Amino acid sequence: MIAFIARRLMQSVFVMLAVSLLAFTLFRFVGDPVAQMVGQETSIEDQERIRESLGLNDPITTQFTTFATNLATGDFGYSYRTRQPISEMILSRLPATLELGIVSLIISLLVGVPAGIYTALHRGGILANSILITTLIGVSIPTFVIGIFLIFIFGVQLGWLPTFGRGDVVAIGWWKTNFLTIDGLRSLLLPALTLGVYQLTLTMRLVRSEMQDVMKSDFIKFATARGINKRSIHFNHALRNTLVPVITIIGLQFGGVIAFSIVTESVFQWPGMGLLFLDSIRYVDIPVMSVYLVLIALMFVVINLIVDLLYAVIDPRVRNRAAK
Amino acid sequence: MTHSTQNFAKHQTMTSLLDVTDLTVSIPSRFGEFKAVDSVNLSIKAGEIHGLVGESGAGKSTIGAAIIGLLEHPAFIESGSIRLTGEEITNLDDDTYHLLRGNRISMIFQDPQTSLNPLLKISDQLIETIQQHKALDFQAARQLAIELLEETGIESAEQRMDEYPHQFSGGMRQRVVIAMALCTDPELIIADEPTTALDVSVQKQILKLIRELAQQRQVGVILITHDIGVIAEITDNVTVLRNGRIIESGPTIQVLGTPAQDYTRALMAAVPRLDKRIERFVNIVNEDKSIEGEATWTISGASAEHATQWLLTSKTATPTTTDSLKNTTPPILEVNDLSVTFGKKSQWFIKQPGFKALKNVSLSIRRGEVLGIVGESGSGKSTLAKAIVGLVPTSSGDMRFNGQVLPDANARARNHPARRDIQMVFQDPYSSLNNRRTVEAILTEPLTFYGLAKKGPDSKKLVASVLELVEMPQRAMLKYPHQFSGGQRQRIAVARALMARPSFLICDEPTSALDVSIQAQLLNLLKDLQSHFGLTILFISHNLAVVRQMADHVVVLKSGEEIEQSESELFFSSPKAEYSQQLLRETPSLQMVRG
Repeated sequence: MIAFIARRLMQSVFVMLAVSLLAFTLFRFVGDPVAQMVGQETSIEDQERIRESLGLNDPITTQFTTFATNLATGDFGYSYRTRQPISEMILSRLPATLELGIVSLIISLLVGVPAGIYTALHRGGILANSILITTLIGVSIPTFVIGIFLIFIFGVQLGWLPTFGRGDVVAIGWWKTNFLTIDGLRSLLLPALTLGVYQLTLTMRLVRSEMQDVMKSDFIKFATARGINKRSIHFNHALRNTLVPVITIIGLQFGGVIAFSIVTESVFQWPGMGLLFLDSIRYVDIPVMSVYLVLIALMFVVINLIVDLLYAVIDPRVRNRAAK
Repeated sequence: MTHSTQNFAKHQTMTSLLDVTDLTVSIPSRFGEFKAVDSVNLSIKAGEIHGLVGESGAGKSTIGAAIIGLLEHPAFIESGSIRLTGEEITNLDDDTYHLLRGNRISMIFQDPQTSLNPLLKISDQLIETIQQHKALDFQAARQLAIELLEETGIESAEQRMDEYPHQFSGGMRQRVVIAMALCTDPELIIADEPTTALDVSVQKQILKLIRELAQQRQVGVILITHDIGVIAEITDNVTVLRNGRIIESGPTIQVLGTPAQDYTRALMAAVPRLDKRIERFVNIVNEDKSIEGEATWTISGASAEHATQWLLTSKTATPTTTDSLKNTTPPILEVNDLSVTFGKKSQWFIKQPGFKALKNVSLSIRRGEVLGIVGESGSGKSTLAKAIVGLVPTSSGDMRFNGQVLPDANARARNHPARRDIQMVFQDPYSSLNNRRTVEAILTEPLTFYGLAKKGPDSKKLVASVLELVEMPQRAMLKYPHQFSGGQRQRIAVARALMARPSFLICDEPTSALDVSIQAQLLNLLKDLQSHFGLTILFISHNLAVVRQMADHVVVLKSGEEIEQSESELFFSSPKAEYSQQLLRETPSLQMVRG
């Protein structure tokens, strides 16, 4: 098991090196960093001095090593736009996005998994079919339309929920959380719902198709032939066997939600990483973009590692193979 | 004693355990209703083992599913009745039926690899089943589970029961399945091909276990199988089915000893015999009526003779009969000290020694000879075939083909002449043909790939001719593999091998996925091809009786090692190695009919 994790960590290091090379290329070769930093009045000599002091005249390999070392030690550099340290900017934005992503994931699981099981077991039933059609509409409509639609109904017409921003937050150290105030939770609801709808549909359809396959398998037939009660067959025997592929997809999706919640964050003016990324693109803030790229890659690597470990928790066969 | 067993004891004298009368199961389809089971009558007493035997499509599994109330949608019981100790159980509502399942009727499935939940411990699955039907607390249920596992022959059951299914071997797993089917004291067990996925030695033990349990516990057993040998070995009574109808029914000794019906006789004649070699099998049936009448569609100039001509003009095939060749020519293939190791790797932190699938095996085959390779699963038979055909790399030893060194998979170039000259027919005709290509495309590929003919009228003519040679209508070339039955597909697979004009054919269990009648036809075909074209065949099978019918020489493998190598008739009359004797003893055959 330990060897397995060690091997996966080694692979992760290679992935991270490759991504940081990409980020470095972006940072170094998309436009001239110095030209973007300085105003029009700066003389050529001053520009040259800045270039020298930033180490931009060093050999490329040295530059990359410095870049990678800085990233690895948490020194992310400064934003061109705000002149703030990028680490500070990201730390202030990260909790908002993570909380949004987690809540939307929970919504999608709480609704998607039971709905998937229900539609698999009641194939062709009226309720099952209506669920399928409704969720099909859910994926077909772009996220921002759903967001605007929700704002229109719950924010404008009914006036129940706030339509933008995080509302009141409580700071625990540097982490500002929405979870501890009523207003924060209310603010969270609409964007999380918007973000959750698409995941929900995917989770539901995946659980449904996996469940249908598993229900046809011999061991379910054998369990039925032994007279095991239906609830245990569905939830203990069948559901567990559908989890491995479902977890893979949910893991990847969760990564995607956090990395690319840009649209939702911008519709709801949610001060998260997505909005930060959007601003960085608008102002060609390349250092922020490259750090963002590396962090997102890191997150995917971590999620994948967790997913792999979950496999081992669920499936004893994987556990055995990993132990070897 | 539970209520149900008392009930059963009361009924035992009056009526049989299970009565099936005039059972008809229909499956609605686009072309009207198809009767999968047609007016079937069965009667089973407690402690009796009743065999249902027949080829695929005979409806034997459907009868089993109907009895336990697990017919798959859209199949339904159209008419007739099923009575368990006199009580009508046909068309009970699902919840009432569910109370019967496991409690009074239980089932054993074919493949122990798939019939246990891979994610749950054996103990959890057993205890859950016990607690479902009996008011026992966890400890008592666990104790009962341990006893049951011991009864079915699992050693150190107490420790092993907390393992997962994948930690058990196939035979052990089937014992666990049987323990699970027994754990609620059912009155009737339906065993659907319970030993088909197992090796002969394990099969023997499992059949013995079923026999003992039936007698000791007075359980009625319905044994569904395609294997007449199994029927002969274990059943008291047998019902022969064909296309959903009963052909013949009665005590096993009578039905198999003096069969009254032609079909039963033919079915038995088609079973390869272990006790003697027969030149040709009796042909029972025309495989499929739908392809008759298609014989009128032909390509001009295409005929079996054309194919024969073409195959004989190749440089390697020799147009003489095999008899004159035997013992005179040098070996076409020599294998010396061949070993194959899987999974050997040293990667970062891990060094795996690997698993030796084949250990220092040596053999040689003369031109025109059939060499039979026999052994149980895991003996390395298929690995040997794959090493020769160049699919798996070898770790040591060498091979010589036609006197030339034959490089292993890694060193053998794509255009090495042996890649054409050695062809392979795989076990499963359902997965060995590409379902998205027409038969013509499948058969033309070897021609163009090896540069034997240009795509066009020539290749069309050859494809049609070779199809004719393997006794398929020429029109078959227009269709896709899924439109054919298993036997027809295997013929197409043989045709594909022939398209390369090989001199050496490797058949890896070519008939084990087929019914006996179809197996007989295919074996006849292989014999014909072999004698016409002087083909050399490496024939791999776990079925000793089949090998006896085909092989001139026999090699016995066990766990990758060579146990015995001998001339075929000599081997079957007086095997030297103890393991070979055991294999021969354990192969079920018609001679074992219970007295």
